[in-house]
Amino acid sequence: MKLVIAVIKPFKLDEVRDALTRLEIHGMTITEVKGYGRQKGHAEIYRGAEYVVSFIPKVRVEVTVADDIVPATIEAIRAAAHTGQIGDGKIFVVPVEQAMRIRTAETGESAL
Amino acid sequence: MNTRFASLAGAPFLVMLATRSAHAADASPIDAADTGFMIAATALVLMMTLPGLALFYAGMVRKKNLLATMAQSVAATAIVSILWYAAGYSLAFTGDGAVLGSLSRVFGAGIGLDTVSPLAKTIPEMLFLAYQMTFAIITVALVGGSVADRMSFSAFVIFSVLWLFLVYVPSAHWVWGGGFLAQMGVIDFAGGTVVHINAGIAGLVAAVVVGNRMGFGRENLAPFDLTMAVTGTGLLWVGWFGFNGGSALGAGSRAVWAIMATHLSACAGAVAWTAMEWWHRGKPSVLGMISGAIAGLGMITPASGYIEPWSGLVIGLVGGIVCYWCCTELKHRLNYDDSLDVFGVHGVGGLIGTLFAGVFATSAVTGDAAISGLIEGNLRQFGLQAVGVVVTTAWCVAGTWAALKITGLVTALRVAPDQEREGLDLALHGETLHT
Repeated sequence: MKLVIAVIKPFKLDEVRDALTRLEIHGMTITEVKGYGRQKGHAEIYRGAEYVVSFIPKVRVEVTVADDIVPATIEAIRAAAHTGQIGDGKIFVVPVEQAMRIRTAETGESAL
Repeated sequence: MNTRFASLAGAPFLVMLATRSAHAADASPIDAADTGFMIAATALVLMMTLPGLALFYAGMVRKKNLLATMAQSVAATAIVSILWYAAGYSLAFTGDGAVLGSLSRVFGAGIGLDTVSPLAKTIPEMLFLAYQMTFAIITVALVGGSVADRMSFSAFVIFSVLWLFLVYVPSAHWVWGGGFLAQMGVIDFAGGTVVHINAGIAGLVAAVVVGNRMGFGRENLAPFDLTMAVTGTGLLWVGWFGFNGGSALGAGSRAVWAIMATHLSACAGAVAWTAMEWWHRGKPSVLGMISGAIAGLGMITPASGYIEPWSGLVIGLVGGIVCYWCCTELKHRLNYDDSLDVFGVHGVGGLIGTLFAGVFATSAVTGDAAISGLIEGNLRQFGLQAVGVVVTTAWCVAGTWAALKITGLVTALRVAPDQEREGLDLALHGETLHT
């Protein structure tokens, strides 16, 4: 099992969710986060006072998937979240030791 | 026969009616239409402060100071209203002193149901007192915007009491209550000197004396929620119909002319500020649109009931452009932190607007051949307006400075650095936003 973490542009969330649903991945956790990478934030102007906002809003998507569909998951997220503009985000993959569905106590991939 | 009988029978009744109404007119000078209009105008001007100004100001501060900013408007309303009824009205609007009024109306003394003021002859004097009270409230509340984010609440309360009597009350007496400026012939329809110059200059003095916000010019001090400021602007804008229209003190064409000039000036101000910003900075900001509207409204105020509506367009355009420059360039060059631009919008608007009253006043609207402006070749009125501006500004600087220094003897003007960092809502009021 792998945990796939994607930090994406907020308005791309629905497209990413649809793409993952097509892969039969049912369930994800999302968090509204702020951060910066190469995009470096943006400038806002209020009555001539210019402020650089370095942390810009992103959505962090987390899905845990079976090892065999990790490449397909990554590609689905990448294709759905892609705009070609700076600030599209990043995808990280980390190993998962164990998973359990609390309601039934199932473990491993059958708990996903 | 029947018809003849009916008319004969009815005649004494008609005579009686006529006699009764003639008798009523003799007994009370109070006009129902004027009274009804002025009750509505009074409510509109109170609405400008609560919730208008409270929302407008709170929308422009940071999230941690939002309630503290609203607290200033609420406190100004409560405190100034009581003081106005107690003594403010009497000192500003009664008697024939050149500098200050009398104590004849302290706590409403001598005001009966049929009493009228010589300054407003067709409405109950209690209504005139109430209407003028709403002006005092918003002027004090306006000042707070320049020191938002850092002045302590206790200091604001003490300052409000002192400033009302040191600056607002004398100034109102001079130009509206029959004082020396009025006797000279200075005209101020709805408060270019009394409200806007006073609020703006006091704001500037207070911002300088209290000092800049921590992080001014370095940290991000962006507004938390401009949707509140837009809502507040709407309430101010509509309320201004009562502010300027009501300053006609009656339900007549003068009020209508003032309302139309006021509205056009607000619109022209919004267009001008937005155009300047779009051209200068690349984007037409919503804060720019509402700032321009308020600039137009402030600048038209002293002239509103003396001019043709088209003059409102000119005044609003100038207001939008000049106030834009003052708020976006002048303030940053001089490095004073007038948090919500009380000087840049109201002070500048009041200074120029009071002069404009001496430019665009026309005897067709003033109803007095002697009261007209430069466009009708009357240079004298323009000179008088300049005197009004200089006198009001000078007194306001001195009075505000004194009020701040006296307040500073009683309590610290400014919150402690830790409190400023934490935010005034939690530090001063023990409350916070949970959104």
